[in-house]
Amino acid sequence: MNAPVLNEDMRLMNGNHAVAWGVRLAVPDVAPLYPITPQTPILEKLIEFQSQGQFKAELLTPESEHSAMAGCIAASALGARVFTATSSQGLLLMHELLHYAAGARMPIVMFNVNRTPAAPWGFWPDQIDSLSQRDTGWVQLYTENPQDSLDTVIQAFRIAESAGLPVMVNHDAFYVSHSVEPVSLPSADLVQSYLPRQAREIKLDTTIGRSVGAPVDQVQWNRTRREMQIAMAGIADLTVQAGQDWAALTGRKSAPLEFYKTEGAEIVLVTMGSMTGTARDAVDRLRADGVKAGLLKLRLFRPLPLADLRAALARFGTALVLDRNYSPGTGGVLHQEIKAALFGMDDAPGLHGLLAGVGGVSVPVETLEALAREHLGAPTSPDPIWVE
Amino acid sequence: MEKIDYTDTGQFCSGHVACAGCAEALAMRVILNEVGTDAVGVVVPSCTAVILGGHPMSSAKIPFLHGTLESAAASAAGVKRALRAMGRDDTTVLCLAGDGGTYDIGLQSLSSAAERNEDILYVCFDNEGYMNTGGQKSSSTPKSATTGSTPLGKTTRKKNLIEILAAHRIPYIATVSPSHLNDMKAKVKKAKGMRGMKVIIVLIPCLPGWGVADNAAVKTARLAVESGVFPLIEVEDGLTYKVAQDEKKHPLDDYLAQQKRYRHLKDDDRAELQADVDASWSRLIGLAAM
Ligand SMILES: Cc1ncc(C[n+]2csc(CCOP(=O)(O)OP(=O)(O)O)c2C)c(N)n1
Ligand code: SF4
Ligand SMILES: [Mg+2]
Repeated sequence: MNAPVLNEDMRLMNGNHAVAWGVRLAVPDVAPLYPITPQTPILEKLIEFQSQGQFKAELLTPESEHSAMAGCIAASALGARVFTATSSQGLLLMHELLHYAAGARMPIVMFNVNRTPAAPWGFWPDQIDSLSQRDTGWVQLYTENPQDSLDTVIQAFRIAESAGLPVMVNHDAFYVSHSVEPVSLPSADLVQSYLPRQAREIKLDTTIGRSVGAPVDQVQWNRTRREMQIAMAGIADLTVQAGQDWAALTGRKSAPLEFYKTEGAEIVLVTMGSMTGTARDAVDRLRADGVKAGLLKLRLFRPLPLADLRAALARFGTALVLDRNYSPGTGGVLHQEIKAALFGMDDAPGLHGLLAGVGGVSVPVETLEALAREHLGAPTSPDPIWVE
Repeated sequence: MEKIDYTDTGQFCSGHVACAGCAEALAMRVILNEVGTDAVGVVVPSCTAVILGGHPMSSAKIPFLHGTLESAAASAAGVKRALRAMGRDDTTVLCLAGDGGTYDIGLQSLSSAAERNEDILYVCFDNEGYMNTGGQKSSSTPKSATTGSTPLGKTTRKKNLIEILAAHRIPYIATVSPSHLNDMKAKVKKAKGMRGMKVIIVLIPCLPGWGVADNAAVKTARLAVESGVFPLIEVEDGLTYKVAQDEKKHPLDDYLAQQKRYRHLKDDDRAELQADVDASWSRLIGLAAM
């Protein structure tokens, strides 16, 4: 929760502008950018900052997101701090390069605004764009409101540069990207002390002449993935540390898994992104009515904080996973992931995958409340359930 | 025969894996030595990337980013911007790609970099086909040439990349050939000394791809230049054309006869190709006279 500090600089802004502020404060060296609704306000705000002399990064504005990511990778190989932002079609166009960026261990930070991919065309909040990139080797974080987005994008640079992995932070189209809320802006000095300029590895070093990404044999390729696994294994701790250090400076806490009213809870709602706010209200109403409900917000999706997730979920009789995405032929991606996480646990909760808000349809608090009552204590539902 | 005015400074190492007799290794040697030590390279999948070698070896002394096929110019732009952000704006960014990576899949990012006039030296090794994947046509493959994907001969003409690039009004475009190494060296030097986007297209007769004898790569390249099918030119600011020679010195047949990819042609077909070369030549001379 926000602990107001003296001289706190509170401003009203939408989620995308909060991201742009976070990026400005993180002072990247290079920012390749390409517009797409509903990401464009991030790009526009950064360019506005630059025209005012407050953002000094080299702005690269190529013909596509594909080239933007190629530019990110190349700049990162020179040791530059790099940022880009995209959404939906743009993210999907980058797919080949997402694998490249992670495989080449480039600590790029990207903000993605979650939006439905075509066909049919739509501009609505839905997380399948980023979730379908889960196997590319990017760390993925999901935020729930403008303040969370600002705080997390700054932390993302810390995580990326410590792990040598690219980090994608996601927030939902419109519900977060365009909703205006009061946001506390940290000072430039504070962010600088949090994100000091470390001597970063220059992979393309003219004094060494080593190549990057050159063809390897099977064993060498295999080794790169083992090394990525080691780096991924450290991400949860790095995320905890990044959150704790940020909290020490700002009073705002964050963690890979966040809990709300889970003490003694019999049923827990599992959310990612903007659905968290609605779920929190549903929990409040259920609690007021004597139903022991709680909330588990998954902030770090890749790597999935497996051990913590298993330990956390063992405490509840029932878990309702809310997926604002649909993977055709299976169901909600988060539901699949949690099912896999719980495999082999004797004390696993009854698990229910709810396809809630797919395509951006609204999910009212009353609906979540009713679903929680309906599933309380029910044995696991094998199939995903479409929420009307 | 002209004497090659050239000192090797060791920027291209021996032990590379070009096909024996391929003139691309020769061209790379001249280009890398001329570009020197203060340079960062980008290469995309192609014979060039293969010749540069697999990890942890490299036949170049400067570092190379082995990027993705369609991203050569975008990657080079990223390198340049990072160097600029670090106050190293004088370091040369050298981008190497094949004709597939340039005329086809990479044309979009190349056009964008050209339009933004990125400060990069882009070299296209044009062997008129996708040789790395076994010799299929590209949009640089000339009319009538057989390839793995045009077994009866390509029915359409070679894309005129020079005019496409000239339309972007970039500072410098040049064609070079491994048969004219002094010219190649001079053009690389000139391009290196300029700011903005420079594109150099190097003709590389591909031994297996074109059906050229192991010892005939340089000779074939020379015939391409002297027959006027691949004239050595420079275009500055997209407007000023210069052609290195005043006239064509060989009939096209001399060039075609070196290559199996044209072996199926009848007299009429050859005459048609000759007429096309003549028309393109007149047009070029007209542009140079403007
Ligand atoms: C996106 C993508 N599609 C296809 C390929 C496979 N591929 C590798 S090299 C190549 C052809 C390259 O042709 P060119 O650029 O002319 O270079 P050359 O091999 O002839 O030197 C292709 C199609 C790839 N690497 N990436
Ligand atoms: S395939 Fe052709 S262009 Fe490639 S190295 Fe061999 S001869 Fe040279
Ligand atoms: Mg080729």
